[in-house]
Amino acid sequence: MGKKVALMGNTATAHAIRQINPDVIAAYPITPSSDIPMAVASFIADGLMDTELVTVESEHSAMSACVGASAAGGRVMTITAAQGLALMSEIVYIASSLRLPIVTIIAARALSSPLNIHGDHSDVMEVRDAGWIQLFCEDSQEIYDSTIQAIKISENKNVLTPVMVIMDGFNTSHSVEIWEMEEDKRVKEFIGEYTPKYPLLDVSRKITYGAWAPPAEYSEHKVSQLHGLLQSPSMVKKVGEDFGKAFGRNYGIFEAYKLDDADYAIVIMGSAAGTAKDVVDALRENGVKAGLLKMRMFRPFPADEVKEALGNVKVVATLDRVISAGAYGSPLFNEIRSALYDVPQRPIVIDYIYGLGGRDTQPKHFKAVYENLKKIAKTGKVGKILDFINIRGKWEE
Amino acid sequence: MKIGEKAKWDELLTGGVIEDPGNSVNYKTGSWGIEKPIWNKDACINCMFCWVYCPDSAIKVDKDGNMAGIDCDFCKGCGLCVKECPKPNALAMVLKADIEKKGMDVVFKETFGGK
Repeated sequence: MGKKVALMGNTATAHAIRQINPDVIAAYPITPSSDIPMAVASFIADGLMDTELVTVESEHSAMSACVGASAAGGRVMTITAAQGLALMSEIVYIASSLRLPIVTIIAARALSSPLNIHGDHSDVMEVRDAGWIQLFCEDSQEIYDSTIQAIKISENKNVLTPVMVIMDGFNTSHSVEIWEMEEDKRVKEFIGEYTPKYPLLDVSRKITYGAWAPPAEYSEHKVSQLHGLLQSPSMVKKVGEDFGKAFGRNYGIFEAYKLDDADYAIVIMGSAAGTAKDVVDALRENGVKAGLLKMRMFRPFPADEVKEALGNVKVVATLDRVISAGAYGSPLFNEIRSALYDVPQRPIVIDYIYGLGGRDTQPKHFKAVYENLKKIAKTGKVGKILDFINIRGKWEE
Repeated sequence: MKIGEKAKWDELLTGGVIEDPGNSVNYKTGSWGIEKPIWNKDACINCMFCWVYCPDSAIKVDKDGNMAGIDCDFCKGCGLCVKECPKPNALAMVLKADIEKKGMDVVFKETFGGK
């Protein structure tokens, strides 16, 4: 049995990392994730971990050192957010292309400018097409559990793809919640030993990483990489189920909340899902058929399962915590609406942007969204495809 | 996988790893340049600056460690050896087309003079 503790999301993650005890962590602390490398440094100083912590001079170097350590054959992790993830993004692409199972924890945060250290999904959405698996977490328990699961998912022989485990900056990273910490021994048993496929340090089998691929070769490499990424959904499911068997908390690629008979649904990721679920409960008590789809695995995007989950809903609102500047709708909207295009009686889908730079999103805001969905279902008139939640001034474009 | 063998995507090793390191020796880059260096052995003092600076390891070395010519399979014609050579008459860049047209002997004489 695990024990119940009341600690911050960052601390929950740090404990997961302590239990994983990776060979190498290369990190450059950045708000709102700084507590994690700080805690890791303390654990190492206290003799609770023997990880090689490389204190680099930038996030670009952090991910570069991770690539080197992972290619050498180590179990490797890092932690970052916001500008840090943007700075490492060049190497983020290289890590996935070389199929290195690096697990990266991200306390998602707004990108400058204006300077803002608070939560939104701008940083992780910038690298959504970098070829990583992206797991969004709602609370401290999920970030703890998903960090442990990510090791098993990424290291699977067929997958060998890095994973971003994402929590909302401050909303989750700095909230003290009650969550269950499992025994060190049982976590270690769950993740098992890592046997790298092509370790550079194995001198009996000489290999080269990162060679040049001219136009006659490059396409095949990218298709091979994509194939690896697309092996991950079944592993995300399997590891989530195995985790449930071991520790009693099941995970899938998403959470369908009161969605079976729902007429109106919100699709959302991260901490705000908790607030929205409370609103669903309240609406259900008043007989409103409200439901919610909390995406956990955003990359690779599980289009078939989404069709199944949302196919019978009348009106859907996607809630994006990022502006995809100049795109026709935000990332979640684009994916959801595109997936539902193939459904014969496809739902109406509209897009809301919320919570930018840590802007508070409250139950009344979600309630207003569901009211709009009800109105659309009743009148058949959509109105605005895109709107903003809780901003001053009217959005009319 | 050998250079020149065209693999299907599902025949590649995970992560584009190469199992026969050093296989760039099979990748001949000597055809890239429009110029190539020629070497005047009589003027060469074997300082080996050309060998140090050559980015393609295309300066041949004999068993005594002396300059032994240019490996035209790999020389891309960048001209660094000529730039770094301290002797004015030991290395020079010439047009490959001129060699084809006039023959090596003529080009050599035009470049270095003498014999």
